[in-house]
Amino acid sequence: MATRPEVFVPARPAVQAQRSALARFWAKWGIYYLFMAPFLALFAVFVVAPVLTAAYLSFTYFNVLEAPRWIGWSNYKLLFLEDDVFLIAIANTLRFATLTGPVGFFMSFIFAWLINPLKMKTLLALCFYAPSITAAVTMGVVWKIVFSGDRYGYLNNWLLRIGAIDEPYQWLAEQASIMPVIMFVALWMSMGTGFLVFLAGLQTVPSDLYEAGKVDGISNPLQEVFYITLPMIKPQLLFGSVMAVVQGFSVFGIATALAGLPSPLYAGHTIVAHLYDFAFIRFEMGYAATVAVILFIWTFGLGRLLMRIFSSKNEY
Amino acid sequence: MAVAVSRRQAATYPRIFGRRIRLRAPSPQYYFLIPMAVFSILPIVYIVSTAFKPLEELLLFPPPFFVRRPSLDNFTDLLLATNALAVPFSRYLFNSIFVTLTTVLLQVLVCSMCAYPLSKARGLPGTPFIFGMIIAALMFAPEVTAIPRYLVVQKLGLIDSYAALILPGLAWAYGLFMMKQFMDNSIPPELIEAARVDGASEWTIFWRVVMPNVAPAWNTLIIFGFIAHWNDSFSPLVFTRSEAMKTVSVAMIALTNGAGSIARQGAAAAAAFLMTAPTLIVFLLRQAKVIQTMAHSGIKS
Repeated sequence: MATRPEVFVPARPAVQAQRSALARFWAKWGIYYLFMAPFLALFAVFVVAPVLTAAYLSFTYFNVLEAPRWIGWSNYKLLFLEDDVFLIAIANTLRFATLTGPVGFFMSFIFAWLINPLKMKTLLALCFYAPSITAAVTMGVVWKIVFSGDRYGYLNNWLLRIGAIDEPYQWLAEQASIMPVIMFVALWMSMGTGFLVFLAGLQTVPSDLYEAGKVDGISNPLQEVFYITLPMIKPQLLFGSVMAVVQGFSVFGIATALAGLPSPLYAGHTIVAHLYDFAFIRFEMGYAATVAVILFIWTFGLGRLLMRIFSSKNEY
Repeated sequence: MAVAVSRRQAATYPRIFGRRIRLRAPSPQYYFLIPMAVFSILPIVYIVSTAFKPLEELLLFPPPFFVRRPSLDNFTDLLLATNALAVPFSRYLFNSIFVTLTTVLLQVLVCSMCAYPLSKARGLPGTPFIFGMIIAALMFAPEVTAIPRYLVVQKLGLIDSYAALILPGLAWAYGLFMMKQFMDNSIPPELIEAARVDGASEWTIFWRVVMPNVAPAWNTLIIFGFIAHWNDSFSPLVFTRSEAMKTVSVAMIALTNGAGSIARQGAAAAAAFLMTAPTLIVFLLRQAKVIQTMAHSGIKS
């Protein structure tokens, strides 16, 4: 019994020393890299390569038909110094995102939290998610009837009838009302991704935590939200906030469905509408890529900020 | 005393079909939520109601919100129009179902498999870099990467194949980000450690411990993925050439954009309804699962 270890103990470190550092590294982490391999391979080919190509295109003149021609920083100079429409687009997008982003985020959480304990929650979830299921174009059709500029538009018709206005108001043609209408419709649509993710997140909070909380003196639902629910779904909140930023700054579909492209006096023009205009209407891909890079830098900066705010130091 | 009170109350419950029905005032949330829900579901109501409108109602202006004299004309119109298609409609339907289901299933698998080490393998070299890249990918406007992506698909010789419709969608930054966020907080490390001590392989841990605990996450992801890929007409239009590879979403555009678009308005309304119906069904089936999971996963720390 006592002799055995004496035989084996000196042999072991020798064997380990012989194995290369690489083999030891592989033994420890290899399986995890295998788990990630399918995603990373596909990601490199179908996402990273196109994104890098697009970033390269921002330094070129590229009209899709001819090969891209390197022109250095001139797209960037043009964009900031001479493109007035882009500045309008930035202003509109900022207005849109600063309002609909946070409001949509809080609404999504509050609605998810309110319907979570109810029996009818699948049905209610369907109702709130419905605007996200139907395409922006379909919804554009519905809302265009509501905000139609003649006296037959639902809103004008109603306002005329109650005597609030004397003549039909051009909701989607007046500079002052285009952006508010777009924001209103966007908020109505905002129970999308974030809402469903919060609802799913709430399911993963163990119910015994609430019981434990009651024992520890949590007395009202508000305390329960702040001390149990919110900390437990912090990762989902980070996801929801990043998506709110991305969606807020890339607003396009609903804006053009309602106001058209280009919209009257560019009142509904957004950064991605500008990008789309150059990419698929004027076929100036290089310039469109420049817009994409600027938009990317901006949202990525905000994303890092959000990750710092929501970084969960109290993980399990 | 308390028992006596509840018994007296029980006696006053109205009886319907011999059963006592408990009538309680609904929770106060309902008074707020139901009007909001009705407001929210309007577009679906509009799509359904429009699909059953006869042509004269479709051409009314302003369009009435609800159908007055429902008819099935639009559906017969759509059916007649399908005769003019180059390949039988069933082929488009097969393509759509096959591509959507394959993409969604592989997508959820590939994203979850990658999310597991990112979330749970502490100190795995390269994790912050990979995660940073995935977040970055989420923020790059997809409009400008469309052409480079087309070039990649072409270089790989995938044009006009199912692979061209399925592969580019699998590495879904959004899905990975979501799965990782759920795994971060929903799975206590002790649970994984316990499985490891019991001799489970990483693969077993992934299937038996990790995935059941994040069931609400991947059920939600299936909803997102299904809606996105079912409605997607961009990939089939760009990545395939032959008619036999197109999907229902493309066929619907062809059917409803054809000559004489006024006459086709009815067919378009029917098409919109038929395209929306499967997404609603998938939503209800999966969302019910999301909500069910809470009762089943009793292995929380």
